[in-house]
Amino acid sequence: MQLEQIVEQAQQAIAEADSPQALDEVRVEYMGKKGRLTELLKGLGQLEPSERRDAGQKINQAKQQVQADINARKEVLKAAELEAKLDAERIDVTLPGRASQVGGVHPVTQTIRRIESFFGDLGFSVKQGPEVEDGFHNFDALNIPANHPARADHDTFYFTPSTMLRTQTSGVQIRTMEAEQPPLRIISPGRVYRNDYDQTHTPMFHQVEGLMVDKDVSFTQLKGILEDFLNNFFEESLTVRFRPSYFPFTEPSAEVDVMGKDGKWLEVLGCGMVHPNVLRAVGIDPEQYTGFAFGMGVERLTMLRYGVTDLRAFFENDLRFLKQFN
Amino acid sequence: MKFSENWLRSWVNPDISSEALSEQLSMAGLEVDGLEPVAADFHTVVVGKVVECGPHPDADKLQVTKVDVGENELLDIVCGAPNCRKDLMVVVAKVGAVLPGDFKIKKAKLRGHPSHGMLCSFKELGLIDDHDGIIELPSDAPIGKDYREYLGLDDLSIDIDLTPNRGDCLSIRGIAREVGVLNNIDVSEPTVDAVEATLEDAKAIHLDAPVGCPRYLGRVVKNVDVKQQTPLWMSEKLRRSGIRSIDPVVDITNYVLLELGHPMHAFDLDRIQGDVHVRYANKGETLTLLDEQEVKLDDDVLVIADDKQALAMAGVYGGLGSGVTRESKDIFLESAFFAPDAILGKARRFGLHTDASHRYERGVDPELQRQAMERATQLLIEICGGEAGPIVEAKSDEHLPKPAEVTLRAARLTSVLGIDIEAARVTEILERLGFDVKVETGEWLVKVPTYRFDIAIEEDLIEEVARVFGYNNFQAAAPAAQLRMRPQQESLISTHRLVDAMIERGYQEAITYSFVDPKHQAALFDESASLTLPHPISVDMSSMRLSLWPGLLNALAHNQKRQQSVLAFVETGLRFIPDEAAENGVVQQPMFSGVRSGKAYGEHWSAEDRGVDFYDVKGDVEALLKKTGINDVRFVASEHSALHPGQSAAIYRGERCIGYMGALHPKFEKTFGLNQRAFVFELQLDAINQRSIPSAQPVSRFPSIRRDLAVVLDERIAAGEVLTTLKNIGVNQLIDLNLFDVYQGDNLPEGKRSLALSVTLQDNEKTLEETEINGIMEKLVSTLQSEFDATLRD
Repeated sequence: MQLEQIVEQAQQAIAEADSPQALDEVRVEYMGKKGRLTELLKGLGQLEPSERRDAGQKINQAKQQVQADINARKEVLKAAELEAKLDAERIDVTLPGRASQVGGVHPVTQTIRRIESFFGDLGFSVKQGPEVEDGFHNFDALNIPANHPARADHDTFYFTPSTMLRTQTSGVQIRTMEAEQPPLRIISPGRVYRNDYDQTHTPMFHQVEGLMVDKDVSFTQLKGILEDFLNNFFEESLTVRFRPSYFPFTEPSAEVDVMGKDGKWLEVLGCGMVHPNVLRAVGIDPEQYTGFAFGMGVERLTMLRYGVTDLRAFFENDLRFLKQFN
Repeated sequence: MKFSENWLRSWVNPDISSEALSEQLSMAGLEVDGLEPVAADFHTVVVGKVVECGPHPDADKLQVTKVDVGENELLDIVCGAPNCRKDLMVVVAKVGAVLPGDFKIKKAKLRGHPSHGMLCSFKELGLIDDHDGIIELPSDAPIGKDYREYLGLDDLSIDIDLTPNRGDCLSIRGIAREVGVLNNIDVSEPTVDAVEATLEDAKAIHLDAPVGCPRYLGRVVKNVDVKQQTPLWMSEKLRRSGIRSIDPVVDITNYVLLELGHPMHAFDLDRIQGDVHVRYANKGETLTLLDEQEVKLDDDVLVIADDKQALAMAGVYGGLGSGVTRESKDIFLESAFFAPDAILGKARRFGLHTDASHRYERGVDPELQRQAMERATQLLIEICGGEAGPIVEAKSDEHLPKPAEVTLRAARLTSVLGIDIEAARVTEILERLGFDVKVETGEWLVKVPTYRFDIAIEEDLIEEVARVFGYNNFQAAAPAAQLRMRPQQESLISTHRLVDAMIERGYQEAITYSFVDPKHQAALFDESASLTLPHPISVDMSSMRLSLWPGLLNALAHNQKRQQSVLAFVETGLRFIPDEAAENGVVQQPMFSGVRSGKAYGEHWSAEDRGVDFYDVKGDVEALLKKTGINDVRFVASEHSALHPGQSAAIYRGERCIGYMGALHPKFEKTFGLNQRAFVFELQLDAINQRSIPSAQPVSRFPSIRRDLAVVLDERIAAGEVLTTLKNIGVNQLIDLNLFDVYQGDNLPEGKRSLALSVTLQDNEKTLEETEINGIMEKLVSTLQSEFDATLRD
């Protein structure tokens, strides 16, 4: 009878234990070295040998029962404790996170990177060159001799009669052709300069020029690559037209217009077949090789792509403008 | 090149609308820039005749008129124009007329007198801005006729932006030819009959510079009346082509210029002393031009001269002394061919640009001079009367351009264009262009007419064929190339990647002008000369940048003024350092630069609210270099003219100084209009875009041990130097050394500070024993003692 009472009391104590510490005290009280159930076991020796076995079994069963109850209670308490802890750790997940500020590339750079990627996929290398140029690379080698009316169209910033800020990145093409033999596929992005400043002109802007010189490069291929580029750049199928034009360094030459949303044609780039004089000037035989070249205004493309209306915004570096492109 | 559409259509009249015509021209390479009505909208405006004209009884400046407009009754009209007079043919806006600006003509009373209409000026009809009184029509103008109809005002001005190669299209004749080709129709050219000489008067002409002027025609016309009025048909054509009517002689030369594309010049015969010479100017020779500017000529400037002096700058501009005036009686007409090379650049040199120089620079037909002369003489006698002498022609056949003969190979045509155009079609196109074509096997032998002086090589013909065939009739094709991999250097770090590393840390990429304010530049870099643009957009954009800092600081200021509180910009680009030894006298070096100002972080509920400081920017630079795999960089305290002397560092990679960083010197904050401190850095791009390819080392399997060390030393000793020294004392097991605390204060002597270092030790071969660890630590401490006079902190 004593055993049942002890078990009953133990169970009650277990149920009342409201913390792991309290529960542990219960365990010590009943199961510890001097615990009440342990004491019972110790008292077995005083029993008759015939009773010992039976009583021992009962006590052990009781111990197992109490231990199981303690374990069960322990789980409950642990779960409750965890829940309480988690509840205490509750936070407002809608508060802003830390140090989330990132910047962004300039929209002009963004466009240049996209152009580099499109042409890079086709094996065009990116080439850079100096911005203070000499007359040979900026004009002469491009078949624009001194006093040519096309020079006057360039509004050149001269330092001396023979040095100037480059008006186009074509000088890079010349430098590349001087250094390497065909087949050549390059694009040259960069700053160019014209002495002009109003709503549609800034004295500095960016161009990407491209050049491909190889055997059997043709005008139809020039059309193909540029139509392909424009459709990919704007991610829509545009109406594109090629209009005859004139550049001293290409022949035939064309300007390329795309149809704007307002139904008006917008000029987006100039291009043509590399003039034989240009190839000859850099030691490439125009009978063996032909080439095409094209040039595009990066700001113009960026404006069309993202709906920018004032060219000058690109160089004010107003964060409220720039961050829109991040 | 601006011209009247009706004028063009009188030469060639394709059955297409104005819009279609302009589209066609654009698509043939003659880009139409503008298409505008030659007159604003107005109606109920007719030709009338003033039959009575008398003073208004109650107003000094008004006149009371009766005007015949071909109706039963005469109109009472009050007019204020001083040139209103009896029998004048006038332009009448009748009651009910609406003039430009929605000006409605109603019955009115002017100072008590009824007025039933208005006599119009050019300005009131929106034709030209001049207001020299009312329009005076010729006496044969048909009374009552609608004025728009009378003048043919339902016409458009077409403005073509011609490319420099198409000088042949700088005339009605040239454009008509082109339209004829495009529409495959004939061009009817007005016949120009030779004007017979009725005088014997002539001037001898000497071609002293036959290369520059291989043909010169002169003609004397006497007894002309320059006071005559230019006929309306002519002044209207000129007006619609953007040229103002001046006097009949100037108008006639301009008319011929527009009609045939040939510049003419007229001299006052009395002002030519002796013969006419076409020669180069003597060095230093002076000439007063028509605009009264006196110019000093060089010996490469072609002039028209008499026996005494230069009279005109050939092909560019006339001289004041020899020009035709209202009083001139006898004139000398010039029609010459000047070689483009002799004229190119001359007008520009003297700040001039004339219709003549524009054409001569691009070329004129070397066979056109006689026709132009006859046309001008004919018009002159028709309008101003007079009698003509014979045409005197001086020429040098050997220097006159010959018609070009160019071979076009079928194979070349196909390879350049990428398509096969049927041979018959090519022949047809070439012939339509007016070329003399001989078809051979696989090629065309083409003789080019003299007016197509732009055609000289095979590619010119290829372009002509392509242009007339139509660029948009070409199929697009994909370029073909051999698949060859391009080399890619793993050690090279792309600029994009460097910029991206900064962007991840909150920097915004900026693009600033390469030319900056010389005042800003002189302030920041006092000792350094910079490259200056002689003709800048404005002075504050005239100095080529020596650094990207001036532009970036301006970007900071711009944004500070716009209430932006967290500012960080990065930019890459060239700086320009004058250097005689460098190509084109300037070193053009790519730089990688940044600025920060304002708060270190945006205001945040849990972050410290503080301003950005030196160590924020240093951290950015360190992170940039770490991210890109560069780990051998040192920061050395060093002064820089632009920077705070106590907060500036030179950045070294090995022995090379690769850049600077620091706080902008506070004295320059005002220079740039900054209202907060700014921190800047600038690195040479080519010093940070190369890394070594990693060479892997085994990772130790044995535990690492950390020991901390706090030492007290003089506050002026640079922490960086302490760390470098310890790293380099040859303890292989030292795998990490971290400065985790810097303390200065109460319980330390004045001028001293304490540095707390964590030392991490690890051996590749074994677990370190206590004695070894102590040995290493002692070595570190004794080094600190001997090198820096440091003591262990208690």
